[in-house]
Amino acid sequence: MSFFDILALIVPAAIVSAAPLILTALGGVFSERSGVVNIGLEGLMMFGAFLGAIFTHYGEQWGLGAASPWMSFAVAIIGGALFAVPHAVASISLKADQVVSGVALNFLAAGLSIFLTKKLFDAGQTPDIQERIGKGDIPVLSKIPVIGDLFFSNAYSTSFVAIFLAFVVWYIIYKTPFGLRLRSVGEHPMAADTMGINVNKTRYISVIIGGAFAGLGGAIYVASIAGNFTQSTISGQGFMALAAMIFGKWHPLGAMGAALFFGLAQSLSITGEQIPLLKNIPDVYLLIAPYVLTILALAGFVGRADAPKASGQPYEKGKR
Amino acid sequence: MKKRTGVLLSLALAAGTLLSACGKDEGGGSNEGGKKDAFKVAMVTDTGGVDDKSFNQSAWEGLQKFGKDNHLKKGTDFKYLQSTSASDYAPNLNSLVREKFDLVYGIGFLMAEDIKKVAKQQPNAHLALVDMVVPEKNVASITFKEHEGSFLVGLIAGMQTKSNKVGFVGGVDSELIKKFENGFKAGVKTANPKAEIFVQYAGDFNKAEKGQAIANTFYGKGADIIYHAAGGTGKGVFTEAKNRSKNGKKVWVIGVDRDQYEEGLPEDVTLTSMVKRVDTAVDQVSRDTKDGKFPGGKVVEFGLNEDGVGIAPHKQNVTKEALAKVDEYKKKIQDGSVTVPKTDKEFKKFEADMKK
Repeated sequence: MSFFDILALIVPAAIVSAAPLILTALGGVFSERSGVVNIGLEGLMMFGAFLGAIFTHYGEQWGLGAASPWMSFAVAIIGGALFAVPHAVASISLKADQVVSGVALNFLAAGLSIFLTKKLFDAGQTPDIQERIGKGDIPVLSKIPVIGDLFFSNAYSTSFVAIFLAFVVWYIIYKTPFGLRLRSVGEHPMAADTMGINVNKTRYISVIIGGAFAGLGGAIYVASIAGNFTQSTISGQGFMALAAMIFGKWHPLGAMGAALFFGLAQSLSITGEQIPLLKNIPDVYLLIAPYVLTILALAGFVGRADAPKASGQPYEKGKR
Repeated sequence: MKKRTGVLLSLALAAGTLLSACGKDEGGGSNEGGKKDAFKVAMVTDTGGVDDKSFNQSAWEGLQKFGKDNHLKKGTDFKYLQSTSASDYAPNLNSLVREKFDLVYGIGFLMAEDIKKVAKQQPNAHLALVDMVVPEKNVASITFKEHEGSFLVGLIAGMQTKSNKVGFVGGVDSELIKKFENGFKAGVKTANPKAEIFVQYAGDFNKAEKGQAIANTFYGKGADIIYHAAGGTGKGVFTEAKNRSKNGKKVWVIGVDRDQYEEGLPEDVTLTSMVKRVDTAVDQVSRDTKDGKFPGGKVVEFGLNEDGVGIAPHKQNVTKEALAKVDEYKKKIQDGSVTVPKTDKEFKKFEADMKK
């Protein structure tokens, strides 16, 4: 196996496993940039995965064919947004502890999705979906020599949607008036309020958009990787996304980069066992490699990760 | 503070009386229904539920068969309790024991600790555990000779690989999964000594993306058949196989534990599956217990001889020659002329013997 063959194995695999993480991390960026900590990403993702699985299944039965997963994405976006509302109400209007309400969201999602699965299908898991997002070569781009094979062959269209959305989110947060307001609310809500920005409204919108992104991330995980929903479909990916967001310094493109880095580290650890040079390393080291790399990267290269200043604090008018 | 504790305490007490009341009620009812001679058997599912298309479902089918054969009444003489979370295991087991079921099954290795606990608390109860060994006097441990079943699917893989490269994806590197691996490797090598076998463990039973990445590597390196013994991680193997088959490169997956034919649809990537017949095992142990031969403290192993492992009923993707080979070696294993290795050491010896 030549070096290039190895790269051609590792890179596409990295992009595949990164897509759900990128989207969920973007959801986290939205929420936290506005000053609302969102531990509930895992739960939002789980609920999105659940909706994705059942609506792809129903879509198939309604005769939507290959459009079923895309329809389920739409449902998961709406569902994720709605599911984030309790978190928004608790942490913005009721000024509850945001970490607690996020954790509550995780428990709620785990319980509710399994309960509904049992009610709907009378089984512990949803039926396998038939219409998945398939891997394929991206037209034109995959013909580019070298890069084409690495980045645009044998890849999911959803991965590129995720990367594209990361740029869209970057544009929204850094280049639009709404984005400016969103950031100001997260940094210094009182100043923003003085300037006539409705703090609570902005936060509500951000948390809800965040939920939509996380829901989509979950649905994409089901449609491209898992294939159905069980209690263990989403086990920790939401927290990985949270870590990617922090790793990416609360920046959409940073979060995307971090998610891709996680994906790369993981695919390296898996493919590594099959690469002649790395084969002699005991697999334990390869298995922990993604986490060690993350710690090293966090400690050494990223520098200080500064959270938005008002993150985690409910805004009270007139309080100094 | 004191007041609150008081309220809590009284609540707990009230709940306790309620619970014990209903326990007594059920006990009384069943005592009238079945006299001394009626044999009563029950099982506790793990969190997968009774329709999990896997172990629990299979065990319940076995119990239903046993019930039907012995004219038992469903609900009073044989029944199941569903567990919604791991914390339900012990209470469920306990309540069945208290309802005077003569034999209570715990399905799945997840219940090992709880079975152990209940076995100690209720020394007169007869318990049985599927897929794990608990060395207590009143517990029958039911295990399977997965290596024998894996050997058979290994034969098929060895016969039907076109690239002479096959893969094995394991969940967690453990004694149990090693049985799958070594049985499979032995099978492949027996049918096709030239074949190269890639082996990798995901380190997890529930990470579909890892399974997919490993499958991607294996298929990328030229393997055309992958056998997975990795639970939810194996889902990723199916995903990858489907993706490749959809794009015109036909590859196969060999399923595990139950017939995973449906998992491979619509691209039809399931070559065959290594099936563990939990239903046969449950039925058999129930029979023995009914006849007064409860295998308490023993490990009951189900292999090819006991019809406890085998290949799946969906055989349309397997060639006639491969099936003939399977039958040939099935006999050889049954009459003892071939011993399937289950550990790495045994496999090395097996390989060395083969070269002689």
